[in-house]
Order: sequence, then C-alpha cells, then structure tokens
Amino acid sequence: MINLLTHNWNSFITGFGWTVLSSVLALFFSLIIGSLVAILEVLPNKFFRIIGKIYVEIFRNIPLLVITMFFYLVIPLYVVKINGFTAGTIGLTIYTSAFIAETVRAGINSVDIGQMEAARSQGMTFWQAMRYIVLPQAFKLVIPPLGNQFVNLVKNSSVLAFVAGFDLMYQGNAIASQTFDTVNTYLIVGLFYLIITLPISYYMQYLERKLA
Amino acid sequence: MSMIEFRDVQKYYGNFHALKDINLKIDKGETVVLVGPSGSGKSTLARTVNGLETIQEGQLIVNGRDISDKKTDINRIRKDVGMVFQHFNLYANKDVLENVMLAPRTVLKLSEEENKKTAMALLDQVGLADKAHNMPSQISGGQKQRVAIARSLAMKPRCMLFDEPTSALDPEMIDDVLGVIKYVTSQSDMTSLIVTHEMGFAQEVANRVIFMDNGQILEDDPTDIFFKQPTNDRAKQFLSKIIQH
Repeated sequence: MINLLTHNWNSFITGFGWTVLSSVLALFFSLIIGSLVAILEVLPNKFFRIIGKIYVEIFRNIPLLVITMFFYLVIPLYVVKINGFTAGTIGLTIYTSAFIAETVRAGINSVDIGQMEAARSQGMTFWQAMRYIVLPQAFKLVIPPLGNQFVNLVKNSSVLAFVAGFDLMYQGNAIASQTFDTVNTYLIVGLFYLIITLPISYYMQYLERKLA
Repeated sequence: MSMIEFRDVQKYYGNFHALKDINLKIDKGETVVLVGPSGSGKSTLARTVNGLETIQEGQLIVNGRDISDKKTDINRIRKDVGMVFQHFNLYANKDVLENVMLAPRTVLKLSEEENKKTAMALLDQVGLADKAHNMPSQISGGQKQRVAIARSLAMKPRCMLFDEPTSALDPEMIDDVLGVIKYVTSQSDMTSLIVTHEMGFAQEVANRVIFMDNGQILEDDPTDIFFKQPTNDRAKQFLSKIIQH
C-alpha cells in the first residue's frame, strides 16, 4: 500500500487538490445560493416563495449525476464550452444549494415569529429584521445540519470522476486500472476523503459547542 | 384630535369575520382598555393599528396617516406606535441593552452616544439598569416585559399598544409590570390601547373601557360607567364572572 501510494503520489495529490478546490468552490457558492433561495422561500411575496420552492424541489429531486451530465454535455452544445471540472463543480453547487436552502429555511422558521413581529413593529424593514435578528439565530441553529451538508458535498464531489474532473475518484479509477491493485487504491482514496471530511465534522462540532 | 380612528373596519381570516363594523376613535393622550373573552378579536384589533394585521374593508387612520391606503409607508407609522406583546418577543441574540438600542440605531439613525444614554435611562426607569448586559434568557418574565416596554419607549412613540402584557407572567411579577405601564400611560401626551384581563388595573388607568365579543364592539364607556352600569347584556355577564375573582 505504501508502495502504491509513493509510486502514484503525484496522481493522488493532484486528485486531492482538485477535490479540495471543487469542494471549496461548491461549498462557498452553494452556501450563498442556498441562503438566498431560503430567504426567497420565506419572503412575504408569494411569487418569490413559489420561485424558491420550485428551485428546491427540482434540484433536490434530480440525481446529482444527471444535473452534472446536463452541464457537461448539454450546456456546451448550446451555451458555452465548459470543462469537466467546471461542469462537475456547477452541478455540485446547484444540487447542494437546494439542500442548504431547505436547511436554512427550517432554521429561519424555527426562530420565533414574535421576534420578527417585534422588529417590524419598531419600524425595521423585513431585511433589517432578517439581518439583525432572524438570520444570526437561524444560522446558529442550522450549524449541525449544515455540517452534514458540507460533508455530503465533499463526498458527492466524486461525481467529477464521471465527467473527467481529475478529482480523487477520477485519479483512483485511473490508478486502479493501471495497477490492478483495486483494494489498496480505493482504500487510499477513502483515506484522502477522510482527511477532508473529518476536520469538517470536528470543526462543526466545535462551532456548535462554542456558539451554544 | 384623534390618534387612532377606525371607520367601518372589517377584517377577515379567509371566511372568518374577525372584526365586524369597527368604528372607534381614540384621542391623543387617552388610555383605552380593551376587554372581552378569548377569541373576541381584542388582540386582532390592537394588531391592526400598527399593520401587523391587515384590514380588508374600511379605513384606519393612525396619527393622521391612512394605514388602509397601500401607498402609506407602514414603517413610518410604526416608528410612532410602540407595541408590547404577551410573550415579550425580546431579540434572543442581543443583550438587554442592545434590545433597547437596536431599533433607534437602525430606524431612527440615532448616534451611538445618544442612543446609549437614552437606553440606559429607560432601563433605569424600569428598574433594570443592572441587567443591561444580561441576555434575555438570563432574566425573569417580568423583567423581560419591562425590557420590552423600555425597548418600545426608546423609539419615542406617540402611541403604545399593549397586547395582554401580563397574561404570560407569574402572579408575583405582574405588579412590577403594571406599575411600569401605569407610569407610561400617565404621561400626558401618550395615547395607549391596552388589551388586558386585569380588571383592577383597568379601573385604575383607563379613561375608557371597550368591551368586545365576536369581533364586535359591544360597549364603549368611560371607565366608571363601564364598571358600574354597563348597558350591554353580554358585557354585564362578562363582568359578573370576572369581578368574582
């Protein structure tokens, strides 16, 4: 196993790097998009609520692989040429943002509506009440479920392997087919994923304790 | 001059007719207490005054502005109308002082220095200056309600709405809160609308008492007359049950 690792070190590290990059990008953008969609879903205006709901229901109920393939094969045909890494990361972002939207929306809804009413009754706008009162409390509440989403996101980034995204899983497949040492290859790939996901889990647990 | 004026106001929740033909004028400086059984529409009526509940028909004029007109800036009206809720509704992520300072900072754009001075003075008035840096979860119900009152007063409102301010409190805490409300309503230029079940308190502070049932105003009298010789049968029945306590 050590031999396999040292001989293919460059491939593993390249894959690890692309996986981390894809995860970080998708995490950042899915958090932003997910939060915005969550806010759409709680706006007083019914039209915006419906838009938010449609977004969530579509992207959370289609397999990640299908969304990714769509960006990899369909978008380049009609819109703009994108490579596998970009297509995979966009697919990952959109898919995850639907779950994050649901998580954040649940958090917003669990903040007692009375606080929103109190803020509005003092003349604050909906956005001021959201910004100063509701969202800070909502985010605190959703840290544990968000942590789960982040870990899922990292694991789901293995979808890049299907669209030539050069990530860990892609490199693992390549190494396994060259060396025929499938057992050790995928064990190492698994360990590399743990290097990313375990710190996220622990950091989230730490945040949860610290903010509680 | 009137501070609050309802003209033929109707309020519906779907098919449920929550407020029926409400006509009511409350003058500047008046303290009006609203009583009636649960579900009679008292809270709903109070909540229409600052637009937390919308009305479907009629006109509602608050401080010279027509709240039923869609063009009216509701936040402009709310600046002048404070509200105290049954369940306090303090901002759970802010300490006591910040609860009082937040709206004056974000809505009135008060300077930090002036804001803090006013806030501390108000907390002192309600007897909670020493709790300024406690979180809402660390203080008692009665203290929370006094903070909520200070928070409303920090906006320098012309009118205060109290929606069952003591209903969620331990009996021992009620007097402190009523004391503060009494002080607030005694300010000569403050208009107050109070929804309460505390009849003794109503007798003490109110200029007028209004009795509601089934979404209608059934009795609207000066305080003495309301308690001594109400004319409406439903009001008499209600009073006879309440007074026994």
